[in-house]
Amino acid sequence: MEMPIPNAAVLARKDRVVARLLQVLPADAVISDVAETRAYECDALTAYKCAPMVAVLPASTQEVSDVLRICHEEGVPVVPRGSGTSLAGGALPTADCVILGVARMNDVIETDYANRIIRVQTGRTNLSVTGAVEEDGFFYAPDPSSQLACAIAGNIAMNSGGAHCLKYGVTTNNLMGVTLVQMDGTVVEIGGGYLDAGGLDLLGVICGSEGQLGVVTEATLRILHKPEGARPVLMGFDDNEVAGACVSDIIKAGVLPVAIEFMDRPCIEATEAFAGAGYPDCEALLIVEVEGSDAEIDDQLARIMEIARRHNPVELRESKSPEESARIWLGRKSAFGAMGQINDYMCLDGTIPVSSLPFVLRRIGEMSAEYGLRVGNVFHAGDGNMHPLILFDANKPGDLELCETFGAEVLKLCVEVGGCLTGEHGVGIEKRDLMHVQYTMDDLEAQMAVKDVFDPQWLLNPAKVFPLDASDARRRIEMAAQ
Amino acid sequence: MMTPQSEEELAGMIAGATGPLAVQGGGTRGFAGAGEVLCSAGLAGITLYEPGALTLVAGAGTPVPEIEAALAAEHQRLAFEPMDHRALLGTTGTPTIGGVMAANVSGPRRIAVGAARDFALGVRFVDGSGRIVKNGGRVMKNVTGYDLVKLMCGSFGTLGVLSEISMKVLPAPETEASLVIGTDRADHAVAALSRALGSPFEVTGAAFLPNRGAVVRIEGFETSVAYRLGALEGILGGFGEIERLNADASQTLWRGVRDVRPFVDRDGDVWRVSVKPGDAPRIVAALPEGADFMLDWGGGLIWVLCAAGTDLRAKIAPFAGHATLVRADADVRARLGVFQPEAPALAALTQGVRARFDPRGVLNGGGVKAA
Repeated sequence: MEMPIPNAAVLARKDRVVARLLQVLPADAVISDVAETRAYECDALTAYKCAPMVAVLPASTQEVSDVLRICHEEGVPVVPRGSGTSLAGGALPTADCVILGVARMNDVIETDYANRIIRVQTGRTNLSVTGAVEEDGFFYAPDPSSQLACAIAGNIAMNSGGAHCLKYGVTTNNLMGVTLVQMDGTVVEIGGGYLDAGGLDLLGVICGSEGQLGVVTEATLRILHKPEGARPVLMGFDDNEVAGACVSDIIKAGVLPVAIEFMDRPCIEATEAFAGAGYPDCEALLIVEVEGSDAEIDDQLARIMEIARRHNPVELRESKSPEESARIWLGRKSAFGAMGQINDYMCLDGTIPVSSLPFVLRRIGEMSAEYGLRVGNVFHAGDGNMHPLILFDANKPGDLELCETFGAEVLKLCVEVGGCLTGEHGVGIEKRDLMHVQYTMDDLEAQMAVKDVFDPQWLLNPAKVFPLDASDARRRIEMAAQ
Repeated sequence: MMTPQSEEELAGMIAGATGPLAVQGGGTRGFAGAGEVLCSAGLAGITLYEPGALTLVAGAGTPVPEIEAALAAEHQRLAFEPMDHRALLGTTGTPTIGGVMAANVSGPRRIAVGAARDFALGVRFVDGSGRIVKNGGRVMKNVTGYDLVKLMCGSFGTLGVLSEISMKVLPAPETEASLVIGTDRADHAVAALSRALGSPFEVTGAAFLPNRGAVVRIEGFETSVAYRLGALEGILGGFGEIERLNADASQTLWRGVRDVRPFVDRDGDVWRVSVKPGDAPRIVAALPEGADFMLDWGGGLIWVLCAAGTDLRAKIAPFAGHATLVRADADVRARLGVFQPEAPALAALTQGVRARFDPRGVLNGGGVKAA
C-alpha cells in the first residue's frame, strides 16, 4: 500500500508543534514519545502500521478547535480517530501526522424522550448510546458488529451500518445534527433536534466523509422505542440460488424483516465446528428476524415460512423462545471468530443488487478455486451487503498479496453487476486505489471539490478515500506552502 | 424553453449557457429561479425496476404518477410520501421525480421512514460547468466516497441538474387506519403525538389539525393494525375522546395533510417551519394575529398561513430550525428570502460548495437563494 512520503519539514518542526499543543492541552493529553505513539500505529486493518508523529486526546470541542488551529498554522496533517475499529484503515496514521483521538469526549449531553433524540460527545461508544436510554425502553438503531468498542465519531465518519439497517437505516438516516470543527479551528453547528436541512444538506455529505471534512465532536442522534419483541426463523437450502430467490420473494411479499442474514456452506461448516449451533448440513442458510408483539411475530413468521416452503427448504426452524433465538443467532454471531480460527482472513464489504446474488456467489466460488484461497460468505442479504471472508496465511510469503489481488477482483465484480466497493466499512486506504473502478475522474473531482471547500490545504486525513494520483495536486498545495 | 432529450444534450446546454438558467422538472413546486427555462421533462422513463430488490431507477423528468403506477402494480410505493404542491400553489403541469429529489419533498411518513433524501440511492447530474457526474449507485448500502446524493437532494437545482435517480422503494402495507384524539390545544396534541411516537407501535403519521384533533396513523397487515390501534387507544385515552378512522377515511385525511389541503384556496403566504416537536406549542402561540396553522411530524413540521408579507421568521424568533417561504408573491419572496438564512460559518461553506459546483452561478439563481 503506497502512502505519501512524510513531509520532512513537518517532522523537523515536531518539537515546536508539541510545545504549542502543550499550551492548549493538559500534559497527559499530548503523546509524543516514540514508544507511546506506537499505540496509535494502526486501526483494525492491522496489515498496515505507521506510528504518528504525535497523538492528542482533547476533552472538549474547544480543545479540538485549538489543536486543529495550531496544526493548520503549522501545516501538520491530522488524522481523526474514534476507537480505531476501522476495517478499512480510516484511522491509519502517516509518520508526519497528529492523531486526534476523541476517546476522552464520551459524555451524554442531553437525553430527550419527548423529542426522541439524544445528544452525545462523539467519543462515546455506539453501544453505550443505547446503554444510556435502554432502561427507559429506547435504543439507538445503527448496530455495527463492533458496537461494543466503536465510537460514534467513527460511525459518522464511515456512515456505519449494521445487521438491522434493512428496517432502521444506517448512520446517516439516524443522524440529525453535529458540531463540526473545521481544520482551521472554526466551529460549525449543523442540524439539531429538527428534521432536514434548511439549506444544502451538508450533514448528509459530512456523514461518510471519513474524517476528511472536519472533526465531529458532538452529535444529535435519533432514538426509538424498542420493539415489543423480536424472533428469527432459520432456513436451510441446498442451493445458493434458491436461497437468493427466497430472499427476493420475502421482500416482494410485503413483509419487511428487521434482518435477513445469509451464510454459505464454508461459513456454516466453520461455525458448526467452532460454535456447535446445530446448523443444518446445507449449501445456504438464512436467518430472518421480525419484530412486534408475540402475535404479530407469529403472523409474520408464518407468512415468511409459507414463502420459504415454496422453495423446498432442507430445514425450517422457527424460534419460539429467547433461548431458541439465541441458538439460531449463535452461529451467525460467531462466524467471523470461527473463520479466524481456521486462518487469517480478509473481510470484504462490496454491495450488490440482491438480484445478482446467485451469480456473484458462483463467480466468487470459481475465483476461490483459481486463486487457491478459501472463501466463506456471511452477509446482510436483504440489502445486498456482502462480506466474503478470504482466508490466507499471514506467515506465508506472498499470501497477503495474493489475497489482496483476489479481494480486488471480487470488488470489481461487485461494481460490474451494478454494486459498489464498500457498503458499510468505508474506503480508507483499503479500497482507495480501486475508486477508479467505480468512478470516473469527473465523479472524483466533484467529491474532491467538497473537500477543497472544507479543508483547502488538504490537511485532514489527506491520503485516504481518493486514489493518490487523483488527489496528488491537491495534497501538494500544503507541501508547496512550506 | 430548453428541453434536452439526453444527458449529453443537457451537458451541452449548460456548458453553452450564457445567462442564468431556471431549472425545473414539471414546474409544479415554484422553486425555479429566474432565467431561461431548462426543463428535465425530456429525460424521462423508468430504466430499471426490481421489486425483489426494492430498487427503481428513472430519468429525472419521469412523472411521479408514472412511477407510482409502476410501483402500485407490484404493491410497492415511494414510502416518503412526496407532497403534491399543485393545489396549494395553484400550479399546473406534472410533478417529476427529479423535482421531488431536488426539493427533498417528503410527506407525513417522513417521521417514520425518512425523507426523500433517505430513499435516494444514486444520482446522475450535470454540474454548472457542464460536467456529467454520477454518485452513489443502486444498492441499499453504499459508503464508497462522499455522499453527494444527499447533497443534491434539497439543493433545488443550484449545484447541478439531475438527469437520473435511483431510489429505494418499499412494500405498500395491506391496510391502514388512524385515531383522532379530540383536542384543540397544540400543547396537548404534541404531548399525545410524542407519547404515540415514543411507543413501540410504529406510528407512520402524527399530525394536529386544530379544528379536528391530533391524528396518528398505523399501517401494516390487518391483524397488526387492529392490535396496534387498540394498544394506542390504551396509552392515549387520557388525552381526549378517541375516534377511529377506517382505511378510506384515514387515506383521505393523510392525503389532505400531505398536500396541506386546509390552506388551499385561502389568501395569504404559506410557510413551512421545521422545529423540534416540543418547541411547536411555544412557536404557534407566538404566531401573528389571524394566522392559521397545522402540525405534522409530531409537531416537528409547522405549516403556517399568514397575512401576505409577514416576516414570520422575525415573529417566532429566536427558534432552532428553519422556515421556508413556500407560497408568496415574487416581491415578498425577494424581500424575505425563500430559505432560512444560515449562520456565517455555515453560510460560508454553502457558498463555497455552490461556487465549486456552479462557478458561473448560472443554475437557479435569483429567487431561491436565502435572504
